[in-house]
Amino acid sequence: MGLTLLSRRDPLASADSQLAKLGATSACPPFGEKMARAGFSPLYATGITVFQINVGKFCNQTCRHCHVDAGPEREEKMTRETAELCIEALSRTDIPTVDITGGAPELNPNFRWLVEQARALDRHVMDRCNLSVLQLAPQSDLAAFLARNKVEVVASLPYFRSSQTDAQRGDGVFDKSIRGLRMLNELGYGQKGSDLILNLVQNPVGAYLPARQDAVETQFRRELLKHHEVVFNNLYTITNMPISRFLEFLIQSGNYEGYMERLANAFNPAAAAGVMCRYTLSVGWEGTLYDCDFNQMLELPLAHGAPRHIRDFDPALLHRRRIVTANHCYGCTAGAGSSCGGAVA
Amino acid sequence: METYYHPHDLTKFADMGKGNKELWEKFMAYYGAVFADGALTEREKALIALGVAHAVQCPYCIDAYTQTCLEKGSNVEEMTEASHVACAIRGGSSLVHGVQMRNVVDKLSM
Repeated sequence: MGLTLLSRRDPLASADSQLAKLGATSACPPFGEKMARAGFSPLYATGITVFQINVGKFCNQTCRHCHVDAGPEREEKMTRETAELCIEALSRTDIPTVDITGGAPELNPNFRWLVEQARALDRHVMDRCNLSVLQLAPQSDLAAFLARNKVEVVASLPYFRSSQTDAQRGDGVFDKSIRGLRMLNELGYGQKGSDLILNLVQNPVGAYLPARQDAVETQFRRELLKHHEVVFNNLYTITNMPISRFLEFLIQSGNYEGYMERLANAFNPAAAAGVMCRYTLSVGWEGTLYDCDFNQMLELPLAHGAPRHIRDFDPALLHRRRIVTANHCYGCTAGAGSSCGGAVA
Repeated sequence: METYYHPHDLTKFADMGKGNKELWEKFMAYYGAVFADGALTEREKALIALGVAHAVQCPYCIDAYTQTCLEKGSNVEEMTEASHVACAIRGGSSLVHGVQMRNVVDKLSM
């Protein structure tokens, strides 16, 4: 398993260093200019339908493309006090969906409390799950907990074969992922007629754009059933964002400029219109508010007069806030677009 | 000029429209239609294109269709097999001409 940028003391561990690299590229015009030409500058939120909580950077895996720079040695974890502020804020709204992410969110000691509180408020809860976490000894009851609370599982699986999946996520992760998926299937997840939803997230294993979402879904459904007897509901394709460890890969492999050019050339105004930041509010492990999880990792909090911390949560100010953008945003507007819910156009 | 082939020249492909816009537009319309989903999927067509790119030994096409194949969801095993198909046809087309060689041998020999 590799190490995080932070533990290697790599300069790219710093958000400022990443932003400097993204700002200095000559491969594409500034994102703001591209958006202005498409009529989306400034970009405003259209409301909040997804309340995304990133509970921290601790993870049992160290995937090569991770935009969080998560790993086993990371110590950032949302406290109960901050989690309580999230639930209190949520209770003052009718936001229908709570999306819990990390790191491996399930390894935060407050994860189950958050799930139960959000469910008690009758909100739909999503867990962004790396699948291998289900097999950690202290988490032996995790899958049953998720099922009991009718949590939608959004599971990462970049490919239906081990070589590609392990190349991105670490040796042996594919086999653990398949065991995790079977465990969920046995509980009813992804099965026809069941209300337990199992969705997959697929992102390219390299410096290229995702394939068409419906085509990939068909391919994964056929291959996972044929070779592993695994079923699922939907598959979401997500473009790799040129930040953190994927940015490191792009630079080291000599693909950085070409990838930025590819993203910018594939700019799609229809995707720009549907970007997830327009309907998502992202809360960091320490309670800071962001437009999305990527801005969170680049330490670009809400601006333009919007509240910056969950303790100052004000739905009226947040629903129509102005979005903070930079060149990494090309990742969400390329081709069919990309979001935590997959393609958007 | 150090070499006839520069990767960046691929981005100048559209300059071919400057010499004859009408023919270029007809070609691009046809090209787009050829690679759209039909009886074959876009993914299958990209694999065929990759095999043909190897057969005609076009570095621009190999570069472009390697990326396209990945972006259509193909894996390196499938793409390697597409290269082997090109190799087999090229090799086979040489070998089958051995029949002509044998015909000449038969005619000349006692």
